[in-house]
Amino acid sequence: MQQLLTTTLTGLTLGMVYAAFALALVMIWRSTRIVNFAQAPMAMITTYVALTLIDAGQPFWLAFAAALASGLVLGAVVERVVIRPVEGGSEVNAVILTLGLFIVIHALAAVIFGARFRSFPAPFGLSGFRAGEVSIALTGFGIFTIVSVLVVMGLLVLLFRRTDLGLTMRAAAFNQEVARLLGVRVGRLLTLGWALAALVGSLAGLLIAGGSLVHPGYMDSVVVYGFVAAVLGGLDSPAGAVVGGLVLGLVLSLVSGLVSAALVPLAALVVLMVVLLVRPGGLFSTVTERKV
Amino acid sequence: MATTVPVSMRDRLSWRRLPPLARHLLVALVGLALIVVVIETAGSFRQGQISSMAYLAIAAGGLTVLTGQSGQLSLGHGALMAVGAYTTALLLQSRAGAPPLVVVLAIATVVTLVVGVAVGIPAARLHGPYIAGATLSLAVAVPGVALYFSEQLGGEQGLTLRVPEAPVWLLDTMFFITGQELTGRKYVAYVAWFCLVLTYLLLANLGASRVGRRWRAVRDDEVAAAIAGINLGRARVLAFVVSAAAAGLAGAVMALVVRVSAPSGFTLTLSLGLLSAIVLGGLGSLLGALIGAAILTFLPQVVTSIGQDAGLSDLQAAELAPLVYGLTVILVILLAPAGLVGTIRSGLAHRRRPT
Repeated sequence: MQQLLTTTLTGLTLGMVYAAFALALVMIWRSTRIVNFAQAPMAMITTYVALTLIDAGQPFWLAFAAALASGLVLGAVVERVVIRPVEGGSEVNAVILTLGLFIVIHALAAVIFGARFRSFPAPFGLSGFRAGEVSIALTGFGIFTIVSVLVVMGLLVLLFRRTDLGLTMRAAAFNQEVARLLGVRVGRLLTLGWALAALVGSLAGLLIAGGSLVHPGYMDSVVVYGFVAAVLGGLDSPAGAVVGGLVLGLVLSLVSGLVSAALVPLAALVVLMVVLLVRPGGLFSTVTERKV
Repeated sequence: MATTVPVSMRDRLSWRRLPPLARHLLVALVGLALIVVVIETAGSFRQGQISSMAYLAIAAGGLTVLTGQSGQLSLGHGALMAVGAYTTALLLQSRAGAPPLVVVLAIATVVTLVVGVAVGIPAARLHGPYIAGATLSLAVAVPGVALYFSEQLGGEQGLTLRVPEAPVWLLDTMFFITGQELTGRKYVAYVAWFCLVLTYLLLANLGASRVGRRWRAVRDDEVAAAIAGINLGRARVLAFVVSAAAAGLAGAVMALVVRVSAPSGFTLTLSLGLLSAIVLGGLGSLLGALIGAAILTFLPQVVTSIGQDAGLSDLQAAELAPLVYGLTVILVILLAPAGLVGTIRSGLAHRRRPT
């Protein structure tokens, strides 16, 4: 009972982070039809920005905000400089570009910050609460994780549903040609979309890093979990990505608790295979795609 | 106005008029002869590097067929190589009682092929990013599997293996041809390059056949291909499985060359390195894959020593090579998406064409 509770709470906390990361992937997929595999090292390098500031004696929250801001800028720069020339072109080339970025950012981080493991501080306690005899594996940082992801999701919903900017962004993602004809500055909105997605990715990176170790490859498995979560949700649906993230967090936490942490990535692969075989359109698919 | 080119006697007997199989066989024979010369004249360290280039080139060849001809991307060829390498290591634990090397290589290829089927069927049936994502998960998952089954697979240290002795007839033949003793290292280099030539021969013929034409049709226009009666899913899965088999053979050769299979040899970096190799060389071209593999083998040494001269620590300098690959990948895709081979070829075609 105790173990099940612990596993569930850990799973939900991690699931929120995967959900955030999946959301970042889905935002970019919807607007540019690219799965941005470079999201992982982009988040990683912004975490290093925060870590450098913290090591220089700056307060944690300033470093946190700086990391998010650098994520925003990095996302915009990447879209404008690297991705823009191949948008609407060959699918394979676009993905190869994100992988080139993946390699470059990885190597840069290792050259600049070193490839060793470094510990990243957490602003809140890392021990669980106690309710009578039962200890609850929900740490202060865990609560912060859940709340901050929920806040970001709420803000994104407000942006996309309630503002004119959000409406034009959805229009640009839905049909670029028509949106352009209606006077929407599609290019700028794509840059903004990548920037926002990179910000959400950076948040996920900071949340994974908090109270744990960072090294240049620490986000590599998270991009896999984010992708699997996004596919679970249908790759096209932000709500699906969130649900997919939570489901995947629970499943992986169960595997980690009951079998072994070494098999967690394999479990993610199995989940992906099963989803693709049984419901290739994701858990919530209603209509199947028709091409011909 | 259509220009008619007079067909001279020389043209009729020219290279382009040979059937593909004959052309490929000729290239393969010339290649084999070249390899004997290179391996016999190279020093011991270079022989090791030449063998490394062979296994990278086998895997890159499989990957370039997948990406260039069928338009799919695999980020997990390093992991598929691990499957082949571990199979080989398990089969070659002791010299006594080990099956012949040909059988070992064949088993490793088949085992990887089966894994390729398991991953490829769900993912390759769908178009878009699914095969990339699934193979990326495979690349991240495989090291964990080696750690979990640490009793059978040796955990972090991996499995060491014993390379079987060269058969007597081969020793005699090679002595007859080259007049030199066949050392163990040379034997492995010959095995590696023979596998490479065989793989490229098969891949080149497959690409020139109906199968290859179907792959390219699916890559270029799904709807048109489907209307022409091509089963899209089947064509994609077949391309992935063929490519996985090549990766398995590459892994088996790698195990022979480095004599150990450990998780640290099959990181995501290997998969991404292979991808950059085929992008540099030119997607879809086997010659490009070979050139890319050569760059992948010989560049790190050069770049690392430049980095050390510039005052970087050894660890930092070791990261310069991936930095160079990554930057070149980005630049090639943005500026010359056809890669080295494709750009040179179209340049030549431009010059040849009458204006």
